[in-house]
Amino acid sequence: MQGAQATHPMRALASLWRLTVLGLVFLLGIWASASGTLTAMMAYREDIHFLTLQHMELVAISGAIAILTGIPIGIVLARRSLGLFGPLVAQIINLGTTIPTLAILALAMTVLGLGAPPAIFGLAVLTLLPIVLNTVAGLRAVPPALVEAARGMGMTNRQILFQVELPNALFVIAAGIRTALAINVGTVPLAFLIGGGGLGELIFTGIDLMDTGLLLAGAIPTALLAVAVDFLVGQLQFWLVPRGVNPLR
Amino acid sequence: MIRLKNLTKIFGATTAVDNVSMEVGAGEVCVLLGPSGCGKTTTMKMVNRLIEPSGGRIFIDGKDVTEVDAVQLRRSIGYVIQQIGLFPNKTVEDNICVVPDMLGHDRKASRRRAAELLEMVNLEPAAYAKRYPKELSGGQQQRIGVIRALAADPPVLLMDEPFGAIDPINREVIQDEFMKLQAALKKTVIFVSHDIDEAVKMASRVAIFRAGRLVQYDTPDTILAHPADSFVADFVGADRTLKRLRLITVRDAMTADPPRVSPQDSVETALALMEQHGHISVVMVGPHGKVLGFVRVEALRGKRGKVGDHFEKLTSVVRVDDNLRNAVSQMFTNDQSWLACIDADGVYQGYITQRGITHLLGATYRDR
Repeated sequence: MQGAQATHPMRALASLWRLTVLGLVFLLGIWASASGTLTAMMAYREDIHFLTLQHMELVAISGAIAILTGIPIGIVLARRSLGLFGPLVAQIINLGTTIPTLAILALAMTVLGLGAPPAIFGLAVLTLLPIVLNTVAGLRAVPPALVEAARGMGMTNRQILFQVELPNALFVIAAGIRTALAINVGTVPLAFLIGGGGLGELIFTGIDLMDTGLLLAGAIPTALLAVAVDFLVGQLQFWLVPRGVNPLR
Repeated sequence: MIRLKNLTKIFGATTAVDNVSMEVGAGEVCVLLGPSGCGKTTTMKMVNRLIEPSGGRIFIDGKDVTEVDAVQLRRSIGYVIQQIGLFPNKTVEDNICVVPDMLGHDRKASRRRAAELLEMVNLEPAAYAKRYPKELSGGQQQRIGVIRALAADPPVLLMDEPFGAIDPINREVIQDEFMKLQAALKKTVIFVSHDIDEAVKMASRVAIFRAGRLVQYDTPDTILAHPADSFVADFVGADRTLKRLRLITVRDAMTADPPRVSPQDSVETALALMEQHGHISVVMVGPHGKVLGFVRVEALRGKRGKVGDHFEKLTSVVRVDDNLRNAVSQMFTNDQSWLACIDADGVYQGYITQRGITHLLGATYRDR
């Protein structure tokens, strides 16, 4: 209850910010329409449609792979029974986050060749890191007293994991997924460089041809997609994480 | 009910629990008491096998606990810890029903039971069942912690300093509530504490630990009156005889069926009655035996008429089911050397005197 009162000024600020963004988008639209960029962009309507779907496919597949592998890896690494091994691997993964995206894609290309599979592999690896790290952090933050109470009441290790540890780490894990997917959407354009498709095709062609209309036809949908994905995962996080462990509710 | 036999636990080079043997009877509250690091918690955790013993055996109802699967064993024993450990992701109701749900009990029945238990600790089920732990105060959370351990109706309860983190005022209230629950449910309880006052209040028997050894296992009154050695004496405190006051009810210390007068009695009758019993005052009661006041010898001497014309009001009376600690406190507050004792209806039952209390407390030393 006190929390809600404390966030009131923050909420006012947030709505002000939203109005400002809306206003800017509106002005941008007027400018785009007046300068003829919009008309130029509209010429690529079919390409935008096709490539956006392809873009979303790349995000969905690589994101799904990352979530489905990242959470289990995080769970394994967070086991206290691993001793020093867990933190060690987590540190290596931390180092992994410093490798440039382009380098990962290039490495993936040298092994898997050109096309969508190496792109998906590279994106999944990239997306994996924040998910693993947040899963480990979330599980480590579960108070030991909860685990002791659970064990003392006769929960099995599996029940402790699924009924106590994971639900209480869920918010942090969801935050990791949100960050990961935002990075993912923004990185997919690079997939074009190794023949993976997606809206990068319009962006990079636009750069090569010095064609602003073409460039924006790729860039604007990419930006909108990133905002939409972030919004969607944020909503999922808000509504799906139980109220008792959700600091936003 | 619970029997420990030569129980030993060795962690590396230290012996945490050293050859402990004791027995807790069914329906008893056994408080394991001692300074931190004395082995009391380790002893308790070996009962539900959160810690496996290095040697010795534990029997519950004659059955060796190592013969039962550890998970099944724990589900049949209630467990309460100091940090409470309510699951933040579950509602109050679902927290209470964790064990019944694991045991596959009927959902509706267990939720009904949860509501009953909430009522027993004075939390309105309609208001609290669907809340989350973070929406409760610390005291409320620990009440849920206690009834969660009772939800599947286990015969045995293990409590690890359950009220240690609660502020003193709330602690008293929760202790009283627990005693009320215990009186109704009669569980066999092993209760770890480092607070002698809590032990005296809750325990049927107290086990005092020092460096892994059980140094004394007795009723609270015996521990306080006859500490086994200087360690126990120091631990229970120099004021240990005063602590015994709490263990005795007014009913056990009072002189019952005492002489009394009614307002219609003549002054002569009252004086004769006092002389006969060697008293310097006597209580005056109404027609149904309710205490109205008292008359003193000096006030009546040389007077005539009815007792009702000369009585004085009593500044305080004490209930027979109260403990001596409160009675003595009242005497000190009002500068009185005696108190009239009444039952719940205000009917005069007897009186206690400071001399009588001293005599009663001293009896145990004279017998030896």
